[in-house]
Amino acid sequence: MQNKPRVVVTGLGVISPNGIGISNFTKSLFTGVSGVQFYQTLKDLHFSCQVGGVPFISEEKKLEYFTPLQLRNFNSNGILYGVLAGMEAIQNAGIVPPEKEEDPLWDLGIVFGVATSGVDKFRESIYQLDEGNVRRLGSTAVAQTMASGVSAYLSGMIGAGNSVTTNSAACATGTEAILLGYERIVAGKAKQMLCGSTGEDGPYIWGGFDAMKVTTYKHNDTPREASRPMSETASGFVPGSGAGALLLESLESAEARGATIYAEVLGGAVNSGGQRGEGSMTAPNSKAVIACIKAALQDANITGKEIDYINGHLTATTKDALEVENWCKALDRSGTDFPYINSLKGMVGHCLAASGSIEAVSTILQMQHDFVFPNVNCNDIHPEITNLIAASRIPRVKIDTKIQIAAKASFGFGDVNACVIFKKN
Amino acid sequence: MTSEEIFDQLVPIITLYLPDDVSPDEIQLKSDLTGELNINSAHLVDIVLDVEDTFSIVFANEDMEQLHTVQDAITIIQKKITTK
Repeated sequence: MQNKPRVVVTGLGVISPNGIGISNFTKSLFTGVSGVQFYQTLKDLHFSCQVGGVPFISEEKKLEYFTPLQLRNFNSNGILYGVLAGMEAIQNAGIVPPEKEEDPLWDLGIVFGVATSGVDKFRESIYQLDEGNVRRLGSTAVAQTMASGVSAYLSGMIGAGNSVTTNSAACATGTEAILLGYERIVAGKAKQMLCGSTGEDGPYIWGGFDAMKVTTYKHNDTPREASRPMSETASGFVPGSGAGALLLESLESAEARGATIYAEVLGGAVNSGGQRGEGSMTAPNSKAVIACIKAALQDANITGKEIDYINGHLTATTKDALEVENWCKALDRSGTDFPYINSLKGMVGHCLAASGSIEAVSTILQMQHDFVFPNVNCNDIHPEITNLIAASRIPRVKIDTKIQIAAKASFGFGDVNACVIFKKN
Repeated sequence: MTSEEIFDQLVPIITLYLPDDVSPDEIQLKSDLTGELNINSAHLVDIVLDVEDTFSIVFANEDMEQLHTVQDAITIIQKKITTK
């Protein structure tokens, strides 16, 4: 693999509950601004967890990228977030979409993941249909509810002419999308890949998690304290939403056009625990988690000792300590020797399919600006975690430090894992 | 309702679906909606829904087949209104 083409990140975009756009999001990361709020709708519907992380998108912001016609009968917030994040990454990368009569950009592809698409639109359609009004659905019910809807909307806006597709791997979706794009560039099949993922919000998305009792019911009056990764008082995750996007590009292409390079993708890995051993539909097989991280290190041609920083999956459930233990085993590091580790979920909740991409964007921003963001709501670190790693490795306030190599991992329902390794440029 | 009155109400409905490079001034009685005004054919069903709401009528599948130009729309609408 000596001649493996190098792949870099030349564009970033984000729609997060605590920041619309890279600039706002970066400021929120510095100080640990929470994007979690109480939602009366959830209370009215008798949800146990009545808090969530939802990005606020103004009508003006929508009209930056959507035409008034596209916004007519538009009811798919996952596509909205994905398009805004994806378009920011494209503009941030300095890519100019071709005019309508020109050819598409044959070397630019898209892999933008989802868990579900257009559930609100689908619900609206079901009501109309059940009343015998199938003809009233209009022309966009399909585009808004197909899984590849977000990729399709984006493709129309940017004129992508390479592979335009959508991946789905539950909460590992975003990290997997980055690796799918990376692999396509390494294989020489594309020069640029817009990689990302989007997550919808609202009761119809979150209801299933509420029913499983995996979300927290203890902070409906204190929403900003609700999401507590690695804390002894963590009591379940807070559902979130949004989208993250990264423009991956071959180093050759990036240098040829003089693009700003934010980081290099050294490599990564995806695997599954096969729901064997301790693994199940909802629980990870630690053997597979450790194997995935080790395979990512190998693919990146680095050792565990070289990792300076881990952006964890760390959802604020009872599994956080197990995740830290798996990192310790995979990297063969513990105590004060452990890398810095944090979880964005303390600020924004668990953005589900969007989590991997939003968190990957946060990882690269920390590398770019030489800091580690604070672990919010983690002043009472779980003793099972301090038995494994030193408390100093879990910053509670922003730390200014250079991160040379970072690991970002995501784990999802179905016992699937993804881990990507970034290097500071 | 006269043809002129129906036409005046059709213009804003059709305008919403025009591509960026087609001016509302180009909407004439003889204009072919998809062929000349370049409206995406998928949007014809949306135009029909808007027309139905505006004139409180319902288009049948056979009516949709007859719909090509602005004049076609007016003819169908007039027929529906008078038989209502």
